[in-house]
Amino acid sequence: MTTIQLSLLDLALASLTLVGLGLLGIRQQMEITRALWVAGVRMALQLMLLGLVLKSLFRAEGWIWVALMSLIMLLAAGREVTARQKRPLKGFWNLGTGLSSMFVSSFALALFGLIVVVEPSPWYQPQYAIPILGMLLGNTMNGVALVMNQLSNGAWDRRHQIEQQLMLGCSGEEAIQDLAKEAVRTAMMPVINSMAVAGIVSLPGMMTGQILAGHSPNEAVKYQIFIWFLIGAGSGFGILLASGLVTRRLFDERDRLRLDRLRPKNG
Amino acid sequence: MGELLTIDQLQFLEWGPYSFSVEPASVLCLSGDSGSGKSLLLRAITDLIPSQGKCAIGEKGRETMKGPEWRRHVRLLPAESAWWADQVAAHFPDDYNWEALGDLGFENDVQTWDIGRLSSGEKQRLGLARALARPLAALLLDEPSANLDDRSAERVETFILDFQKQGNCPIIWVSHDVEQIKRVASKWYRMEDKKLSLQSL
Repeated sequence: MTTIQLSLLDLALASLTLVGLGLLGIRQQMEITRALWVAGVRMALQLMLLGLVLKSLFRAEGWIWVALMSLIMLLAAGREVTARQKRPLKGFWNLGTGLSSMFVSSFALALFGLIVVVEPSPWYQPQYAIPILGMLLGNTMNGVALVMNQLSNGAWDRRHQIEQQLMLGCSGEEAIQDLAKEAVRTAMMPVINSMAVAGIVSLPGMMTGQILAGHSPNEAVKYQIFIWFLIGAGSGFGILLASGLVTRRLFDERDRLRLDRLRPKNG
Repeated sequence: MGELLTIDQLQFLEWGPYSFSVEPASVLCLSGDSGSGKSLLLRAITDLIPSQGKCAIGEKGRETMKGPEWRRHVRLLPAESAWWADQVAAHFPDDYNWEALGDLGFENDVQTWDIGRLSSGEKQRLGLARALARPLAALLLDEPSANLDDRSAERVETFILDFQKQGNCPIIWVSHDVEQIKRVASKWYRMEDKKLSLQSL
């Protein structure tokens, strides 16, 4: 099966859709246009760059390049998480919480997927390692960013309720339990929803890509199922870990609510 | 029954050090302009904000307990109560005796009420009942009867004093009402320029 090649002109034509949406945004004063266009340009540039990098990465031998690439991806995801916080933790805690949660969950599950399930040889073969890690990091990043923002912002909004529970003798963990539950649920929702409608309402991106690129739907489906299991678990573990870390930072050793550990609201 | 509440060289933010004690079954009243730091002092004693110095109830020092355990001993009633669940009952212990709320002017069915339908005065009185609903050793009250109508204010005052008679706990009571202070206090401090000065009753 041959694939129809897309030219740069084709991509430019497709980009007109975002240009149109942006113009409508300006007319309706929705203030999404700038962010939308910047994200669109970033996406196109980053992916084209990635194409070049992957091309040479696939040719290069040695785990060191894969490790380096993974590290860059992790740091970029960490930066993205910190940028999405309305009232981030002060100091290194914001980036530190995001990085450690994503590292532990994404890398552990990527390793599991590579060594136990796919078993390429060598196990770090970039053609498998990088896309799997990328899918995991991308989804975990969304979950971790969401849960951190919901928790720290929510603790600020509900400080009176939380402190009221502390006054009555609850521990910090008890006082923030309702909020933490909501935050974790909110952060898990996108992944759970996507899994629930996969194949019925939506064709997942990775599978779509494979099918469009001429692979057999059967193989594409199996890989997609495998990836979804990893994404579901990876996001979940990352979200729970981040929620625990933020909670610990919001209270001190005397179970006081320490909102002075949050930076004032951005924007 | 009833133990001495001791505050020894307590410092927080730019306030303090403060040293004083409250005898069992007695009321120490605290007055001062708004923003003078009365509420902060109560928050520091109950360990909601970091502070240096010692606090103790009887022989038990604050440092010998974890934060939540200390706050179960030394209970703060804030000026404005907050409610985290939808219904009144969820904020009280399961075995709470709802009859007791008659003394604050509530019917038994108050436990099924939605928080959203409570007036500010009702919230204030229920907040007091909630603060006293679990065992405690000392009580810190931040303007418990401010902004209430006369009848409710009287009920609140009586409710607190009746409660104190049962367990002889020491009470720190922030109030602006000089008449009230003269009725309930055995000691009266005024907070001014971050200093506590003893007032005559």
